[in-house]
This record gives sequence, C-alpha cells and structure tokens, in this order.
Amino acid sequence: MLLGFLILLLCQLTGELLMMTLGLPIPGPVAGMLILFVGLLLYGSVPRALRVPAEGLIRHLSLLFVPAGVGLIQHFGLIAQEWLVILLTLISSTFVALFVTALVFKALHPSSSGETRDG
Amino acid sequence: MDEIAISSFWVYFASEPLLWLVLTLATFLCAQWISRKAGGTPLLHPVVVTMALLIGLLLLTDTDYDTYFDGAQFIHFLLGPATVALAVPVYDQLPLIRRLLLPVVGACLTGTLVAASSAVGITLLLGGSEELVRAIAPKSVTSPIALGIAEQIGGQPSLAAGLVLVTGVIGCQLAPLVFRLLGQQDPAVQGFTLGLAAHGFGTAWAFQMSAMAGAFAGLAMALTGVFSSVLVPVVVGLVL
Repeated sequence: MLLGFLILLLCQLTGELLMMTLGLPIPGPVAGMLILFVGLLLYGSVPRALRVPAEGLIRHLSLLFVPAGVGLIQHFGLIAQEWLVILLTLISSTFVALFVTALVFKALHPSSSGETRDG
Repeated sequence: MDEIAISSFWVYFASEPLLWLVLTLATFLCAQWISRKAGGTPLLHPVVVTMALLIGLLLLTDTDYDTYFDGAQFIHFLLGPATVALAVPVYDQLPLIRRLLLPVVGACLTGTLVAASSAVGITLLLGGSEELVRAIAPKSVTSPIALGIAEQIGGQPSLAAGLVLVTGVIGCQLAPLVFRLLGQQDPAVQGFTLGLAAHGFGTAWAFQMSAMAGAFAGLAMALTGVFSSVLVPVVVGLVL
C-alpha cells in the first residue's frame, strides 16, 4: 500500500521534472500516468501493492475535485456576466461532441451492427 | 457573554485547516447519501451537492476561499497521484484496447478535437471573454487533468473545474437523446461516448448501464485526458 503510493508519487515527480526540463505543455500528473503505463507494460502486471492505493484513489476521484470546484465562489462575477454564453456553449458543444464521437466509433467498429458481442 | 465565547470559539476553529477538511469530508458523505436516496440522478451528483452546500456555508460564515483551501488542500493534493493511478484501469483493459485500437484511437482523436474546438469556437462566436475561453476549452476532460490543462493555457483552474462539472451533468442528460437519434444501442459505443464527452460523470453513468459500457467509458476518459493535454493548448493557441 505504502510502496504503491510511493510509486504513484514518484511517477508524478518524474513526470513533472521531465515536462519542466523538456518544456512540453503536458501537465506533470498526465506525464506521470504515461510513465506508470509504460512501467506496467515493461513489468507485465499490476503489483498488488500498487493496485490497492490506485483503485482506492480512483473510487473516490469525485471527492478530490470538490476543493477546486468550491473555488467557483471566486468567479461569481464572471458567471453573472456570461452565464448565458456558458450555458449555450456547454449544451451545444457537448451535444456535438457526443454525436460525432458515437458516429466515428461506430463507423470504425469492426462489428458495428449494434449487437453486443462481448456482453 | 455566551455569544462572545461562541464567536471566539468559531473564529479560532474557522481559521484552523482541520475544520474545513472535516466539513468537506462530512458534507461529501452526506451528499453521497442524498444522491443514493434520490436514485443516482446526475443532477444531484454528490460533487454538485457538496459544492453547493460548501459554497453556501462559506457565504453564510463570511469565510474566504483561501481560508477554506488551507484545509481542503490536503484533499486537492491527492488529484495528482489519482491522475497517475488512471494508468492502472487503462492497463487492465489492454487486450480490449488492442482489439478495438482503430475505433478507440480514431473516435478519441476526433471527439477530443470536436469537444475542444466547438467549446472554444462557440464561446467566441457568442462573444464570450478570453478568460472564459481559456477555462472552457478543457470542459470535457476529467477534472484532475482539466485543472492541469487550464493552468497550462492560462485559465482559472477553479473556473475550469466548475465548467467541467456542469459539462458532466449536461452530458448525462443529452446522451440518451443522441443515442436515440443515432439508433445506437451498442454498450461499447455508448460507454466510450459518455466517457469522452462527460468524463467521470459519464463514466459513473455508464457503469450503471453495464460493466462493459463502464470499462469503455473509463478508457475514453483516460485517453481523452492524454490527447487533450496535447491538443487543447494547440486549439487555444490557434485562436487566441
């Protein structure tokens, strides 16, 4: 458990150092995720010590964005001014994104007849 | 006399990090209970309820966000390792990804580009401010990654986090309509689409439909995060 948590933090640290050194626009944690993914590919399986903290964090992922979300309190001014733009943009853009993604996935799907082969 | 005692008690604890850490956790647990009672509708998602209650509490007690964040930062910090941890479920789905590599990568690339460019384009078209554009661009990306991207492109991370949450709620409401329009019933397609456009909210929703839809949603959420961290700064750089 502790070893797994150390692995996660080390990947994040390495990711942040690497992106800073290379000057790439990828957030450190995302780079860390890629580093861990490559590590898992090389290792060949997910060690139990890593799986426990990883799945624990992911299970409670939604709690982790509460502190940042409460920060909306600082943006009431902007929201009051642009709420209509925000609402219209989010609704239309999300609709288009859903529509196009489903369409492209279905078009490229090898067994795209709507059947549920994998159940 | 009593009133003075109570208020000095409050003043002391309100400035302690522990109070706001405890309140954040307690409120979230209550919100989870409310959400379960309400049958898991995305409108009453625990995160939305928790945020509303905490913002109300901060306003009522006249507490500023910095004081709140002194306590809540211990939860916020875990976003970093949690993002790294997303590599584990993606690795678990490796055989499935290999088999469906073409639709997964193709749909994710187009979906990510469409989600970001339409958000930026429509905001500009409707006369939105530059500040809003920089925060709204990563709206379909899962929060920990969206925060990082917003910071990267000069947007307000907390505004971006709020817009991401609203997008999640909207995505879950619109998805059934889109699937009906397209006559789409394949759980792989439905799950992937939900994870791409509505990140964690869509993934939770997809897991309620079926385990397979959930797996594809989780995969889409992680891949969208990776693609977006490269593509969103490019899209924003093109127009601003």
